[in-house]
Amino acid sequence: MSLMKRMSLVFKAKANKVLDKAEDPREVLDYSYQKQLELLTNVRKGVADVATSRKRVELQINQLQQQSDKLQSQAQQAINANREDLAREALTRKSGLTQQIADLQTQHANLQAEEEKLVLAQQRLQAKVEAFRTKKETIKATYTAAEAQTKINDAVAGIGEEMGDIGLAIQRAEDKTQQMQARAGAVDELLASGALDDLTAQPGDDIARQLNELSSQSDVEAELARMKGLSAPAAPQAIGQGEAGAPATDVPATESEPEAQQ
Amino acid sequence: MIVRILGEGQYDVADAALDRLNQLDAEVEAAIASGDEAAFTAALGRLLAGVRTVGVPRAGEEYAESDLILPPADAGLEEVREMLADDGLIPG
Repeated sequence: MSLMKRMSLVFKAKANKVLDKAEDPREVLDYSYQKQLELLTNVRKGVADVATSRKRVELQINQLQQQSDKLQSQAQQAINANREDLAREALTRKSGLTQQIADLQTQHANLQAEEEKLVLAQQRLQAKVEAFRTKKETIKATYTAAEAQTKINDAVAGIGEEMGDIGLAIQRAEDKTQQMQARAGAVDELLASGALDDLTAQPGDDIARQLNELSSQSDVEAELARMKGLSAPAAPQAIGQGEAGAPATDVPATESEPEAQQ
Repeated sequence: MIVRILGEGQYDVADAALDRLNQLDAEVEAAIASGDEAAFTAALGRLLAGVRTVGVPRAGEEYAESDLILPPADAGLEEVREMLADDGLIPG
């Protein structure tokens, strides 16, 4: 049998069990309405859970990104100071973080997709539940138990199927969120343990300390050069200007040349 | 007829389009039988795309029973096997 047919049969068999509890068909209406409200609560909770996980991953991505940016600027400082060894070290650590960030970004996209699906499912269900509330009162008021039976059978099959679909979506989102949380927990532990800080702190701090030493050395040199530049280089500059001024006095000579050409 | 893609919602599909969908469905079935995950993902993608193309989304507030039900777009081969096998489909 084809996939479509098998899937439909299995799903419907399950869906029908969701609601076949009440004896009086009109009780089925109230019972299924209660079930729909419960499901609506669950799907809202599912949306909130996935959103929480998504935000947690966002926070982690930001933290790792900051570490990565710090290493990048350290590498640049090291290059400016002609310390390729330090720059290499910083970039190596950065590339490790880049992979972790990419992995988290994939997880983030997955969670976002699950969240969007659940939000749509919630909207879909919300509209149907509201419509159903009105309809069930109409059916109860208009029909006898026997007459209501056929009306209700049609509705209930559709309700069971919709509930099964949304229940499945919630379960799948929960499964993905749980997988995600295990991984996010590992990253949190890593961040909390200082292992990632170590990337920049312990050996990285070494990079920072060496860069600081280098930059304070070069600051001193720059300061010295500037002070010299203010006093000593000022004199040769003035002399240079004087020397440049000397040929400028031969203005008639330069003026005579264009005349000679004419 | 009404076709449901799990996780997406229902579509109204004209009976005339059913032959083409059955063809795509057979490819999914073959991929499941062979256990080829990549072929399965591709074939399921084509089948669902086919439904979305020929079908019109049902936006109504009425509950309606579907004639056919299809797995979610991101379902894996193993997951679909489990769904077909037994009680993995509806939680609780």
